[in-house]
Amino acid sequence: MSKTINVALIGNPNTGKTSIFNLLTGLKQKVGNYPGITVEKKEGFCKLPNGDKAHVIDLPGTYSLNASSADEQLVVELLLNPQSQDYPELAVVVTDVENLKRNLLLFTQIKDLNVPTVLVINMADQIERRGISLDIDLLEKNLNTKVVLVSSRKNVGIEQLKETVANYKQLNTTGCVDLRKIDPGYFAKLEDAYRGEDLYQLWLVVSQGEPLLKINKNLLPVNEYSERNTSEIKRLQQKETIERYLFINKILKKAYNVDITKAKDWRGVLDRILTHKFWGYIVFFMIMLLMFQAIYNWSSIPMDFIDQSFSRFSEWTKNTLPAGALTDLLSEGVIPGVGGIVIFVPQIAFLFLFISILEESGYMSRIVFLMDRVMRRFGLSGKSVVPLISGTACAIPAVMASRNIENWKERLITILVTPFTTCSARLPVYLIIIALVIPDQTVLGFNVQGLTLMGLYVLGFGMAVFAAFILNKVIKNRSRTFFVVEMPGYKLPLLKNVLYTVIEKTKSFVLVAGKIILAISIVLWFLASNGYSDEFHHAEEIVRSQSQSGQLSESDIETAIASYQLRHSYIGTVGRAIEPAIRPLGYDWKIGIALISSFAAREVFVGTLATIYSVGNDEEATIKQRMSEDVNQRTGRKLFNFPTGISLLLFYAFALQCMSTIAIVKKETNGWKWPLIQLGFMSGFAYIVAMLAYQLLA
Amino acid sequence: MLKELKTNIINTIVNLKPGEIGIITNFSVDQIPVKLQEMGCLPGNEVRLIQVAPFNDPLFLSVNGNFLAIRKETAELIEISKVA
Ligand SMILES: Nc1nc2c(ncn2[C@@H]2O[C@H](COP(=O)(O)OP(=O)(O)OP(=O)(O)O)[C@@H](O)[C@H]2O)c(=O)[nH]1
Ligand SMILES: [Mg+2]
Repeated sequence: MSKTINVALIGNPNTGKTSIFNLLTGLKQKVGNYPGITVEKKEGFCKLPNGDKAHVIDLPGTYSLNASSADEQLVVELLLNPQSQDYPELAVVVTDVENLKRNLLLFTQIKDLNVPTVLVINMADQIERRGISLDIDLLEKNLNTKVVLVSSRKNVGIEQLKETVANYKQLNTTGCVDLRKIDPGYFAKLEDAYRGEDLYQLWLVVSQGEPLLKINKNLLPVNEYSERNTSEIKRLQQKETIERYLFINKILKKAYNVDITKAKDWRGVLDRILTHKFWGYIVFFMIMLLMFQAIYNWSSIPMDFIDQSFSRFSEWTKNTLPAGALTDLLSEGVIPGVGGIVIFVPQIAFLFLFISILEESGYMSRIVFLMDRVMRRFGLSGKSVVPLISGTACAIPAVMASRNIENWKERLITILVTPFTTCSARLPVYLIIIALVIPDQTVLGFNVQGLTLMGLYVLGFGMAVFAAFILNKVIKNRSRTFFVVEMPGYKLPLLKNVLYTVIEKTKSFVLVAGKIILAISIVLWFLASNGYSDEFHHAEEIVRSQSQSGQLSESDIETAIASYQLRHSYIGTVGRAIEPAIRPLGYDWKIGIALISSFAAREVFVGTLATIYSVGNDEEATIKQRMSEDVNQRTGRKLFNFPTGISLLLFYAFALQCMSTIAIVKKETNGWKWPLIQLGFMSGFAYIVAMLAYQLLA
Repeated sequence: MLKELKTNIINTIVNLKPGEIGIITNFSVDQIPVKLQEMGCLPGNEVRLIQVAPFNDPLFLSVNGNFLAIRKETAELIEISKVA
């Protein structure tokens, strides 16, 4: 009978674990040339040559078993918890052939846990260009393990890896470094105090204290044991590290050689420019400029095409299908609603393309280096730049990307301010409102609408940084700061990886948003075409009796009837009930409905208005035209006038209207406290700013 | 006397200029994170300063074959002796 074995992929960040995971399981997890792409456990299955099945677990990268950030903690917790369902029967330690020395440190630690361990040396395709020579047999002999040479880019060595995994029982499980050699007295005492426990595991718990205690209840008293000796423990940890490197160096001296004269590398030259005090910032600025340029200018052609196609499709549906409620639902609710999202595909694709290239090339770490000092002023870390940049796509992966920030306070602040950055869901809202209220003029060679959009992005970043500054003053710092970031070598982005990310992310944006919008537009359409009150049912008589005959043309009367009916439909009743609360912001009940429905997700705003403005309308005008002609019943002015537009833009820039963000913040901060504070603060702030703006401008 | 004073001043990584190399001599174990030591910042290892950001912070180094960036406050704690 075939069985399933747990196989964990462990290794330093950026060594290619996820690339190997994808090859083994056929899944497509995200890969990138930045330490800390994977921040949570990912699982998949792989069929082995002997018929068994491997349950493969991809883990975040870790430099050692002495965890210093939340993503690393995950790895240690798994390895020290034999009760866990995922406890590995086999550890596959993935290393990068260029950084073998440092990578082997983690290998020796894992081997010392006495788990069967395989050593994968990845990136074999780089061996030649780096002038490396490698003696696999010698490595196997001295490390007491099986070594598999892999190149996941070239798909080399994967079959051999599967073979080795299948025969994991034959692996030798003796450790590498004996702790007793480091300080015989101390470790003998420790062993004595907890008889029957494995010494190295014991030491890990003693030296790391609290976070690991919950795993092994037997070691509970250890806490006292460790508290007394912090300084001593650090001294021993250093000795242990030195001992491990001695062991590694002895082996590598014979088995691993780099001939520098043969190495070809451009990292030196690139780093001299890209991390330069002056030129580094110029290049960074140019790249950002290019990115926004691409998003706003290059994508306008496909966007116009999509826009026209959808309005034609909607018209076609109306003319072709038999008239009736279903046709109305399709042509007035579903098609405009979905079209409202699909139109943003080109921009979102460009956004993901750029972010993916930044990550794959290795440039992201350089931005971290350049920005650390500036960000620190605001209580953030250079590493916060990664969430803030990827937050322009979506706040959810961005909040998760904060996991590799070591310092809890810096991480918390990053999590709290990331949702201020202009995510892709805000784009649809911004674009439609800008089109309505900002004149399409050119000033000094710049398009005013484009500048407004750019300004909103700057506003988002500015607000994130400003909020960080405030939070930095308010939150008490508990943990000590330290900051280490690895600077990976530059890589030519792999087209396959980049395209895959772009397609996958864009698809999921459309599908997720599309589903919500589809559902909401159906519900809205129903609520807007039905009502319970007398006014709704007798709309025609009421309107006709009110308007003196002859003054209005027949078509005007029909429009008046439709709008009267909408006001008294279910949705109109709800909208008018909340109108007093949003009147100071310059909104009417229709915007109110859009506001409510977009509390689940911002992008619903456009779909909602599209549906509301389509119901009961037979004219061929586009939604935008209808919106721009709409008149606010109370003020008698255009509904989407300049003050209301600005007020809406500001509201959407600041309010936290995204269920998924709230959920992920709750998960990352372990509780409701921070997401609720965040929700209250952001929404309250948005309300106040939007109100002030409207009152000042109106 | 001046010469004597000069040799007595303790150098840290911060005193390196871009391109210069030093050997790590000493640091207080309590203040340097284990992670940094595990990345090769250990007494006896060679450290080369590659680039510094404005205000000398952070510093981009190569140590023991690894490329990494650390903040000035950490770099100031790592004593070195300069190699010509
Ligand atoms: N040249 C070369 N590059 C590779 C190879 N395998 C992976 N890479 C690249 O190495 C980088 C890191 O790959 P990932 O698979 O994301 O590494 P990881 O270990 O999962 O990284 P983290 O999740 O951040 O710990 C990416 O840019 C890959 O394209 C390989 O065999 N050869
Ligand atoms: Mg990964």
